[in-house]
Amino acid sequence: MTVVLAVDDSASMRQMVSFTLQTAGFEVVEAVDGVDALAKAKDTQVDVVVSDVNMPNMDGIELIAALRALPQYKFTPMLMLTTESGGDKKSEGKAAGATGWIIKPFNPEQLVKTVNKVLG
Amino acid sequence: MSIDMEQFHQVFFEESLEGLDIMEASLMELQEGQADSEIVNSIFRAAHSIKGGSATFGFSAVADFTHVLETLLDEVRQKTRDITTEIIELLLQSVDCLRDQMSALEQGESADSAQSHELKASFMKILESGNEAPASSTATDASPTISEGWTIYFKPEADIVKSGNEPLRMFRELAQLGTLSTVANLDALPSFNELAPENCYLYWELELHGSDISEAQIKEAFEWVEDESEIRITAIDAASEVSATTDSESEDESDPTNDDKPSGSALSEVPKSTSFSKRESASIRVGVDKIDELINTVGELVITQSMLSAVGQDFQMDQLTRLQEGLNQLAQNTRELQESVMRIRMLPISVSFNRYPRMIRDLSNQLDKKVELVLVGEQTELDKTVLEKIGDPLTHLVRNSMDHGIETPAERLLSGKSETGTITLKASHQGGNIVIEIIDDGKGLDRERILEKAIEKGLQEPGDKLSDEQIYQLVFKAGFSTADVVSDVSGRGVGMDVVRRNIHELGGTISIQSIQGVGSTITIRLPLTLAILDGQLAKVADQIFVFPLVSIIESMEMRGVEVSKAAGGCDLIKLRDEYIPIVYLTEVFGISTQPVILHESLLVVVESNNEKIGVVIDDLLSQQQIVIKSLEENYQKVKGISGATILGDGRVALIADIGELIRLSGTTHLKKLRAGDNFIPADPQAA
Repeated sequence: MTVVLAVDDSASMRQMVSFTLQTAGFEVVEAVDGVDALAKAKDTQVDVVVSDVNMPNMDGIELIAALRALPQYKFTPMLMLTTESGGDKKSEGKAAGATGWIIKPFNPEQLVKTVNKVLG
Repeated sequence: MSIDMEQFHQVFFEESLEGLDIMEASLMELQEGQADSEIVNSIFRAAHSIKGGSATFGFSAVADFTHVLETLLDEVRQKTRDITTEIIELLLQSVDCLRDQMSALEQGESADSAQSHELKASFMKILESGNEAPASSTATDASPTISEGWTIYFKPEADIVKSGNEPLRMFRELAQLGTLSTVANLDALPSFNELAPENCYLYWELELHGSDISEAQIKEAFEWVEDESEIRITAIDAASEVSATTDSESEDESDPTNDDKPSGSALSEVPKSTSFSKRESASIRVGVDKIDELINTVGELVITQSMLSAVGQDFQMDQLTRLQEGLNQLAQNTRELQESVMRIRMLPISVSFNRYPRMIRDLSNQLDKKVELVLVGEQTELDKTVLEKIGDPLTHLVRNSMDHGIETPAERLLSGKSETGTITLKASHQGGNIVIEIIDDGKGLDRERILEKAIEKGLQEPGDKLSDEQIYQLVFKAGFSTADVVSDVSGRGVGMDVVRRNIHELGGTISIQSIQGVGSTITIRLPLTLAILDGQLAKVADQIFVFPLVSIIESMEMRGVEVSKAAGGCDLIKLRDEYIPIVYLTEVFGISTQPVILHESLLVVVESNNEKIGVVIDDLLSQQQIVIKSLEENYQKVKGISGATILGDGRVALIADIGELIRLSGTTHLKKLRAGDNFIPADPQAA
């Protein structure tokens, strides 16, 4: 089963992402911030990362950079959930190694479609 | 796929309210011109989360409002705008406004409020004035080109796969649009020795044929790599180049809150739902450690149960010790389980204290006073119900301290104090009670003035000699207010009598200590929980009454005790240096016509609000924890009784309401009661 790591400090968004992806047939590992996510990703090999950007402790961009540096996550698709409409966060994320992004607000269908897209 | 987004609403409301608390607390730490990036970041993050969530869950009014807030905060965060008192003030008002919006949404009402529009307008004005108007996304694409066939030139950067982007995946996506043919160019491929296996050396020429394929659809496949890749998309028939390698993110530039309507369940309209109860009782957040503890205890209970059933299976008398052991263990498990369950309802008092920094700040400005608020013991936990009900009385008391206690800076300097006054809110556990103190270093209570006022209002007979404590108790009388001018802050009718009544309803007490010129301390004692009480069981005639253990001072035999008759027919005993009125429950509740044999009786001395009475009983039974059941809900309110409980043998025992008994024993009441016959019904209306 494909495992998705869903990272968001907001419980409602995290639940929404997690519930949606589970409904779509994915296995979901939840994390509340970058630090939590990094620890869980080291613990369980995940196939896709879906992470919020703005989070306490370690933000999504730092998380993606840290994951990319790990050999087991060199090529893993990583998506950022972002409301930043400006190019700043996107290019920052890309520089850190993000595969792509999903712009908030998004609906469950868009989320599933995008996750399926990176999985090819 | 249809996901019911409503299931996430409650969590969203709760976390938003928490976010607003953080935002408020952080805003209070901000000062003009000093934008501590850590603080600004946490404020920004709170606004940002609320915006993201509200947009996702379809609360567009909130999303629109927070968007403006976020834009401003982002400028502060990026240090392109200085934080001013005006901005802080507006942001604080926004916190209030958002709280209102959240509770409106929670009640299933519209979040669109006049206040939010006003605030939004103010923010817009600031945004427009200080900085250049935000670059509007004028770069709208030319009308979308649609074609039957396209050629695509795609040359990715060498690092492409290291971001998790895989050209093959993009081609698969394109292939879903129509028939795709690909030609890979290998000419950039280095010799084997120089080849880095993780780099991409290939580039492609693609041809896509199908009906009505738009350029946007093709661009979507390359969406995340267009900046780093060379992409040329050309319509075959028109042969017009519509896109190049230039930055072309215009489609993402539009305001995200106005993007596609979120979610399948048409949430742009706030669902009219009345199923949400009020926020206070909606849900409770419980620490995992408490749940673990509960599970642990249940585990032990299961073990005990299986042990007992093993003993019971084939019981022999020689197993009696084992049975007793098991029952003792069961008793312990039950007690532990009860404690863990009660602990779930416990919340830290910071939930209530957290509103005061903001209030003090606002009041300081309003009253031109300088006040520092000190919070002590915020982590002290108490029952959720008590916590919810203590809020209003506490607010009133803090307001009072601000208004009447703390002096103006000039007055303080004159009396040799520092300009800034201090109000301390302190919570702690003391025995089975929680004690909350409101301490100020203001001018203290004016003994003479209180007495004067009380006499003037007819609350006190002139000429009586009163102790300080008795005088301070006068402020709790209905109709008492010393404020010469009824200010906006305190003294608007809801007086200290209401505060005291509220605290009494919670089974608590309130008292004042004060030194003129130095300050006052108001002490509130509350039970930890309203549901369970440590009680002393006492037998009176054929009834069993429960006295709250906290209110019992001592018990004694009546044998040899001298009972004096006071004028008016009230019995008194002299206990050390104090005369204490005696109450006969048989009379108050009319439960027996048999005369009380005093020298065979016991006396329980109980106290409430610094007043004591002696209650005559026949016998003291056990002490135990009792679960309080409401008498009002199951029967009707009875004066002098605060509730009932069911004992182990199934009998109902009534819980004595000490405060009420003291009032009933008050001269006027008892005089009247004793003037009648020996039988006095508990509640004349009900009789």
